[in-house]
Amino acid sequence: MKAFFLKWNRAVKWSRKNLFSGPLSTLITVLLMVFLFKTFFPLFNWAIAEAHWNTTAMECREGGGACWSFIGEKARYILFGHYPRSEQWRAVFFILSIFLLFFLGQFRRLWSKYLIWACAVFPFVGTLLMRGGFPGLELVKMEDWGGLPLTLLLAFVGIVVSYPLGILLALGRRSSMPVINALSVCYIELIRGVPLISILFMGSVMFPLLLPEGVTISKVLRAQAAMILFSSAYMAEVVRGGLQAIPRGQYEAAKAIGLGYGQTMGLVVLPQALKIVIPPTVNTFIGLFKDTSLVFIISLSDLLFTTKASFKDAEWLGFSVEGYFFAAFIYFVFCYFMGRVSFRIETEMSR
Amino acid sequence: MKSNVIRLTSAVVIPIFLIIIFPSHAGETFKRIKKRGHVRCGVSAGLPGFSVPDSKGKWKGIDVDVCRAFAAALFGDARKIKVSGLSAQQRFTALQSGEIDVLTRNTTYTLSRDTSVGLNFAPVNYYDGQGFMVKKSSGVKSAKKLKGASVCIHQGTTTERNVADFFRRHSMKFKPIVMESDEEVFKAFVAGRCDTYTTDVSGLAARRTTLKKPNDFIILPEIISKEPLAPAVRHGDDEWFDLVKWSVFAMISAEELGITSRNVDKMKKSPDPNIRRLLGVIKGNGKALGVSESWAYNIIKLVGNYGESFERNVGEKSPLRLKRGLNALWTKGGLMYAPPVK
Repeated sequence: MKAFFLKWNRAVKWSRKNLFSGPLSTLITVLLMVFLFKTFFPLFNWAIAEAHWNTTAMECREGGGACWSFIGEKARYILFGHYPRSEQWRAVFFILSIFLLFFLGQFRRLWSKYLIWACAVFPFVGTLLMRGGFPGLELVKMEDWGGLPLTLLLAFVGIVVSYPLGILLALGRRSSMPVINALSVCYIELIRGVPLISILFMGSVMFPLLLPEGVTISKVLRAQAAMILFSSAYMAEVVRGGLQAIPRGQYEAAKAIGLGYGQTMGLVVLPQALKIVIPPTVNTFIGLFKDTSLVFIISLSDLLFTTKASFKDAEWLGFSVEGYFFAAFIYFVFCYFMGRVSFRIETEMSR
Repeated sequence: MKSNVIRLTSAVVIPIFLIIIFPSHAGETFKRIKKRGHVRCGVSAGLPGFSVPDSKGKWKGIDVDVCRAFAAALFGDARKIKVSGLSAQQRFTALQSGEIDVLTRNTTYTLSRDTSVGLNFAPVNYYDGQGFMVKKSSGVKSAKKLKGASVCIHQGTTTERNVADFFRRHSMKFKPIVMESDEEVFKAFVAGRCDTYTTDVSGLAARRTTLKKPNDFIILPEIISKEPLAPAVRHGDDEWFDLVKWSVFAMISAEELGITSRNVDKMKKSPDPNIRRLLGVIKGNGKALGVSESWAYNIIKLVGNYGESFERNVGEKSPLRLKRGLNALWTKGGLMYAPPVK
């Protein structure tokens, strides 16, 4: 009993100090409480209390609340799109491996050259696995890919390719050679000056018209190229920021001990510069990951596209909110993990 | 010295654009499809009843059925299709660049598309038109009473223009509320942000099924635009165009002659020369089209006649519960009319 009172007293003291210290603070506390109650309970009711979990569409419509049955019915389509059902284990494997890489990336002990290589090589190996077309694995054309694997593919191949490209462009922009410098500046400014959508449209609408009739390049590849072009320009500016933060003394010291350009950059400048720019780098990566959803405009069935298409089934019309919640959750999980990994790397590096 | 070399080489690197233009193979689509072994169709990426992936990722709908009919006529197998979901902006490029063989994407047949866009339209497989939906409680019974109304419209497409034209024609004012996603537009309408919601009638019907109380909403009788939706192929593809046209006609003729997927085998023994000609008992049609004599038989057997496809996808038995209306046979007061198959 006494212990309870002690605790109670402490709680009252704490809240007086932190929540009700003055009239303004009291007012804000009360307003926030009201806001929370007003939003939390209806949301809870909708999402949990009154939700339907395993019903038909009709039952969902008759009751209120969220219709999670819709997700149950459509999850497979949303996640994998038109990827053939019998081959979907490959897509599952692809997704799980990316998860695993993220998960392993959290542990300091496992950091090694091998893990970095795995991260760099895996998107391509995974692509090969998903595509098949060699003995033992049936060919699944890229046009048939969809859902989460496509989103992950566009994002991770995009990241892995645009990172080194961005570094090269940044070095190019800082270069004293006029042609390289001019080309880099032009490229970066041009790409940054137009929205991603217009690049995607160029790739998907204009580009095929230039090709001879009947010759087509996979839409996925065209979109992938557009994503890489776009994010490498942004990456370049991020890296350039890091390069500028390195004091002149570092360059001079490197020169003084007789290092050439490659060695100066590779051994002295870049390792420091890239470390400084980890937060904006991850920012760009997360941005790229989310930007992949724009490919729905050119009818690639990425995660958002399959989510939207699943709303249109005549038997399951009208559950878009549930669908968007599901898609948002998946996006959040991946972006959160990306943030975590970068945070771990940062804390390790600054030790 | 070294940097001089780099400077020189980088200055010499000039981008070279090589666009090799092969002679255009107009008219060879038909041969190419036969060689490839499947038909590539472009459909809408999600339009209830017309083309929509089901939970298993399989495309269904009235537009997809037309595509299946082409495959049935060509290969005797309705599964030999490759469907790509296309956005409105992309559809014509996809056809012109040869990414698809035929566009069966609820595309309105218009003069400019038939000419400058370079399409050839097959017979209409669905007559649609833009209409209005209002809340029953509003008491509005006719679109002409919508003076000063706020109208929820889905951005882009011709919908916006049709509304503006309609209100101008009747010299009424209106307040457009335009949104990017059709989901959003409809939700706004149901929430009462506007007095009326407009899109094609088939779309209105589809939306209405999602409501808790569908009967609280009515679709007004006025149809303010003509939207004949038809499959389309490229200019200069005559052989392929013929097959596309007659596949649609075969489905309509079959309904007219009372041939369904269920009774088609029995019908082969019918004495009616029209039926015998359509089903290839009397030979000649197949040869003329460059396919097997059982082309129409295959379509009816594997896909069904037009009425069956309509009922299955958008008709009274489907969730959309659309009436035949203009899409009934000409003998039943509609516009569906096929020239003689002979």
